[in-house]
Amino acid sequence: MAKQQANWSPYDNNGGSCVAIAGADYCVIAADTRMSTGYNILTREYSKICKLADKCVMASSGFQADVKALQKQLAARHLIYQHQHNKQMSCPAMAQLLSNTLYYKRFFPYYSFNVLGGLDNEGKGCVFTYDAVGSYEKVGYSSQGSGSTLITPFLDNQLKSPSPLLLPVQDAVTPLVEAEAIDLVKTVFASASERDIYTGDKIEIVVVNATGIRREYMELRKD
Amino acid sequence: MFRNQYDTDVTTWSPAGRLFQVEYAMEAVKQGSAAIGLRSKTHIVLGCVNKANSELSSHQKKIFKVDDHIGVAIAGLTADGRVLSRYMRNECINYGFTYESPLPVGRLVVQLADKAQVCTQRSWKRPYGVGLLVAGLDESGAHLYYNCPSGNYFEYQAFAIGSRSQAAKTYLERKFENFTDASRDDLVKDALMAIRETLQGETLKSSVCTIAVVGVGEPFHILDQGTVQQMIDAFEIVGEQEGPDAAAGQEASAEPEQGAGAGAGEGVAPMDI
Repeated sequence: MAKQQANWSPYDNNGGSCVAIAGADYCVIAADTRMSTGYNILTREYSKICKLADKCVMASSGFQADVKALQKQLAARHLIYQHQHNKQMSCPAMAQLLSNTLYYKRFFPYYSFNVLGGLDNEGKGCVFTYDAVGSYEKVGYSSQGSGSTLITPFLDNQLKSPSPLLLPVQDAVTPLVEAEAIDLVKTVFASASERDIYTGDKIEIVVVNATGIRREYMELRKD
Repeated sequence: MFRNQYDTDVTTWSPAGRLFQVEYAMEAVKQGSAAIGLRSKTHIVLGCVNKANSELSSHQKKIFKVDDHIGVAIAGLTADGRVLSRYMRNECINYGFTYESPLPVGRLVVQLADKAQVCTQRSWKRPYGVGLLVAGLDESGAHLYYNCPSGNYFEYQAFAIGSRSQAAKTYLERKFENFTDASRDDLVKDALMAIRETLQGETLKSSVCTIAVVGVGEPFHILDQGTVQQMIDAFEIVGEQEGPDAAAGQEASAEPEQGAGAGAGEGVAPMDI
């Protein structure tokens, strides 16, 4: 008797791309707003970005139902942290929490490809990039989702950060100024939406800096 | 209250139909430092007296934020209060996670009351030795509840618990009819006045009390010491101004001393006049 196969999958891929870039005193997190399934578009105006704490923002692509569940989990855990410690979670603390939350479901994973961006305890920009089961790394920039294969090489070309294994330890954050980083993000998404069918409609760009969190949008190709 | 042969276990009734352990638990509430609460249609204010064990130590935390729309002030065994606050916070977080909407206050107090009741009917437990003033805002309006160690709960327009709370209660009974339509700031002033009643002559300063507010458009938060001191100073001045006016209106001899006396009379507990 041939091995039984499942006739349904608990997962779906809603597509989309996410990008985050860390600067000396800011962090840019961006994602497109298209939600798809198969070759169809479900909506052109879905936000993949979630504010987890005062200085910590997460963008996730993949299966949005799992993404939503993950965001709710983290929000609830953050409330508990605030009650116990009387302060907001720092970005590195949230990064570890996200990793642990993802690994907790190692054997039925959240189909969620995340980038976490924000300011660390010293006010410097930081970006953390994850796989679906919680393996994570602090980097200077990252991209996840359906357009990541198109976006990452371009970011490597523009921002190449040194390997974290090199000595002496070098800064991963980009020397770019906030406005230049935002411009780079817009360029990168414009290019990705040319060739990736799942990326398009609009970009939602979130900027975290010392003054707070700011949001802006840019139109993209609708096809 | 005297010791008797029916007060060892919480599960032993007395011949008169009383559970003494539960009543002793209520006594513990009366021994704790005072906590007061009052509400209007749109806001609820909680206040408490900060009693430190010695000059060297800090005072115990008696007001806890439970959620953006609910806060609690406790009197009695503060450790029990802390544990119950943690329970309440958990319930709010879980409800919010499941229903994406804030837990109605009435539901929370019932859950709290049921939790307290369990401890009155298990031989291996003891009742919680803490009274809770639960202040919360939900779709049906502003609420103030008092939860007893006995497992009972009551809704109030204004209430006070803990030591010397009778003085505050008397003040609140005089003024409560004005609370429903009072402004947020007037409500805080009334809370400070009520706290002053329990201090029995001791000067009211922001270091001896804590005030917290929750209301429409205002998530639960504890007011910082600076703001509280400003409000105390504001109404102390008003008190002194009213003093001379009242004295001048009443009698011919409007000496400054009498004016000050009339002003202080507004703040001094009624039984001292």
